[in-house]
Order: sequence, then structure tokens, then C-alpha cells
Amino acid sequence: MDEKQGTENHMVLLVLFWAYVLIPLGWGVFQTFKKALALFQ
Amino acid sequence: MSGFFSRERITAGHGYNRWLIPPAALAVHLCIGQAYAFSVFNEPLTRVIGVSQSAPDDWKLTTIGWIYSLAIVFLGLSAAFGGKWLEKVGPRRTMFTAACLFGGGFLLSAIGIKTHQIWLIYLGYGVLGGCGLGLGYVSPVSTLIKWFPDHRGMATGMAIMGFGGGAMIGAPLGVALMKHFHSEISVGVMEAFVVMGVLYFVSMVIGSLAIRIPPPDWKPRGWTPPVDAGKMVTRRHVHIDQALKTPQFYLLWLILCLNVTAGIGILGQASVMIREMFKGSITPEAAAGFVGLLSLFNMGGRFVWSSASDYLGRQNTYFLFFALGTFLYSMLPTFSGDGNIVMFIVAAAVILSMYGGGFATIPAYLADIFGTRFVGGIHGRLLTAWSTAGVLGPVLVNYIREYQINHGVAKADAYTTTLYIMASLLAAGFVCNLLMREVHERHYMKHDDVDDPLQG
Repeated sequence: MDEKQGTENHMVLLVLFWAYVLIPLGWGVFQTFKKALALFQ
Repeated sequence: MSGFFSRERITAGHGYNRWLIPPAALAVHLCIGQAYAFSVFNEPLTRVIGVSQSAPDDWKLTTIGWIYSLAIVFLGLSAAFGGKWLEKVGPRRTMFTAACLFGGGFLLSAIGIKTHQIWLIYLGYGVLGGCGLGLGYVSPVSTLIKWFPDHRGMATGMAIMGFGGGAMIGAPLGVALMKHFHSEISVGVMEAFVVMGVLYFVSMVIGSLAIRIPPPDWKPRGWTPPVDAGKMVTRRHVHIDQALKTPQFYLLWLILCLNVTAGIGILGQASVMIREMFKGSITPEAAAGFVGLLSLFNMGGRFVWSSASDYLGRQNTYFLFFALGTFLYSMLPTFSGDGNIVMFIVAAAVILSMYGGGFATIPAYLADIFGTRFVGGIHGRLLTAWSTAGVLGPVLVNYIREYQINHGVAKADAYTTTLYIMASLLAAGFVCNLLMREVHERHYMKHDDVDDPLQG
């Protein structure tokens, strides 16, 4: 039971930590992508 | 406190999920990648006193230009000299030090702006920030390679992609903060520096707290090291100081330097280049869009190419970079002459993806050639090639272009010679890569020395 709980905590931490880095990165990529669109207009 | 940073303290247990390591590395690289976006502060820094327009006592653009140059020089120096320290003390201490230097550099620079003392900005962002950049750049690399022996290229690609992505966050964040803090008495740069310094410090510290090194006998579940991975992938280790005595180190130095020089040549001048080569067809907004597109390919190439190198092999990946790069560079003047904008953009985007790919694949190439034990430190020393290319690339493009224009060449044609020179640099890189062989037997560490403390 404890081992299962530990694995679930690991998974939550994993998702949160990836979200923590990917959300700002995604925002930055989106801003750059918007800028890049001007090339095709 | 030293125990908190010690290698023993950050050695993970056997059940630790290795996918927690890449975001720790990204938390650092996404911050230090801001350096690529420093130019958003250049113009506002020329109006610190005058606010709406430059006053006579305001700093000139040439004075401000030194801040970024200093940061890049100190990036190379700190990576070169700090690499050995990194191998000795482990990644947590180096990442934490990088956080203090990079965040602190912003705060010291904010004081410099407030008191209008340029030397404080040189010292803050240039020297301290530059050292933070160098240490932060190299510190998670060897840890990632050790956690992902089965996907070395992909692992380092993820972190180094973060450095490319950091500029995409840093540029709009800096602009938004300056806009928020702008008032009749302030351009908002000083306040933006304080906020960014604190934000980056916190984010990098989170990365340093999350980093773990694998236990000595750890390997991914179900993975067995290949018995014969080929001559160009060693399972032994070369000491960091011994690596400097091998021709392979200098060939790899040249490979990185030539690849980066060619990439910077186009990246630094992209906006002006496309407008002058397609005069009348490209608006300033479209040229800015071209720069944005190149940045996206630069970032994407870091992950895609380094991951591909796990399957293609490191040497073959660089053969592809140099052969395809030489061809595409030499085709750019033709595309321009034909007025073929689409092919020009596609070729430039592929070139930039390989520029990013070259950065991201080199740590895995080093690990293949010199082993994983000291790869972080050896990588740090190799980054002096980046500093060299940072000077060489723009100088080549600017001076050759200026020389040609002064000798009556039309602006649209002035890039032709430069582009052919870039193509020949990549051809030289191809030859260097061709000369790469496995390290001579005498350079490898003896089995008993491998786990010894760093002194050797």
C-alpha cells in the first residue's frame, strides 16, 4: 500500500514538475509563433 | 549546509523516476536562455535618464553592447574553468551557485540602472550573470547523460532546447514587464530587472533542489549496455585534463566552432539579410517574423536532431549537418537571385535547426568519445568554441559585407560571398568530423581510478 502511494505521489510530482516548465515554454513558443506568422501575411 | 549540497545527499534511490531530471535541467536552462533575448533591453537602456528620448547623459548603444558581449565571454570562461569544480562537487551546488550568480547579476544591474553606474551592470549582468550562464549551462548535462545512457542525445537535447526556449520566454516577459512598470519617470528596465532576477533565482533554485544523481551501479530497467556499440562509443573514461591532450578534443572544438560560426552568421543578420536580398518584398514585420521562425527551428532542432543522433550515430549526424548545411548555404544566393522566397526561408530554417542541433548533440558526442565520468567538465571546456564563434560569426558577416559595399557591390548581392564563406566553413567542419577516431588506448583512465575523487 505504502509503495503504491509512493508511486502515485511520484506521478503527481512528475506531472506538476513537467507542467511547471512546459507551461512557460509553451507560452514563449506561442508568442514567437504569433510573431512568425507575420512572415506569411 | 555543505551536506545539503553533497553528492551523497543528492544520490537517488533505486526506484527514483528518472523523468524528474529533465524538468530540473529545464528549470535552469529556460532561465539562462534569457541571455539570447537581452537585446530587448538595449534601446530602453539608452533612455534611462531621458525616459521618452535619450538625454545627453544617457548611455550610448555602443556602451550597452558590451553588457551582452561580457556575458558571453564569461559564459565561456566559467564553463571552461568551472567544469572541473562541477565534477568535484556535483550538480546541485553548481546549479545553486548559478542561480545566485544569474539572479544576483540582475539585481546588481538593477542597482546600476538606479544609480546610473554602467560598471555595475557590466559587473552584474556581464561578469556575474555570465558566470551564472556558464555554470548553469553545463551543470545538468553530465547528470542527464548518466540518467539516460540509452538516450544520451535526447536527454541533453531536452535541456539544451530549454536554452533556446529561454529566449522565447525572456523576450516577451522583459517587454511586458517594462511596459507594466513604464511611467513618466522610469522606462521600467530597473523594475523589470528586479522582477526577473527574483523569478529566475527562484526557478533555478527549484531546479537545483530537484536534481538527483543516479546510484553508481544504476541502469534503466530492462536495459543492458550494448556489448559492441561501435568504435566511436566507449564504455571507458578519459580524465578531464587528459582529454585536452587528445586530438579528438580539438577536432570536436573545431566542429562546434565551425557549426556555430555558420549559424550565428545567419541568425545575427537574419532580419537585415532577408530585407536586403528580397528588396521590396519583405516588410519589417515579415522580417521580424522570419527571425521568429528561425528561433523556433533553432529550438526545435536542438531536440529533434539530438534525439535522432541516438539512432543515426553522432558522427553521422554531424556529417549530415555539414553536408546538408554546405549545400543549403551555397544555394541561398541562388534562391535570392531567382526571387524564390519560399525556398530561401525553408533553407534558412533547416540551417538554423542544424545550428541548434549542433549545440545539443555535442555533449552526447563527447560522452561517446571520452566516456561519461567527466563529460560535464569536458563539455564546459569545449564551450570556449562557442565564445570564439560568437565573435567570429558576426565579424565575418559584417566586415565582409561592409568591404563589398565599399567596393561598389550592390547591397542585395553583398551577402553572396559571405554565404559562400559560411558554406566553406561547414565543408571544413565535414573534414574535421571525418578525421574523428576513437581515443588512443593510453588516454583512458585505469579501472581503479574511475571512481576516485577528481584529483588525478
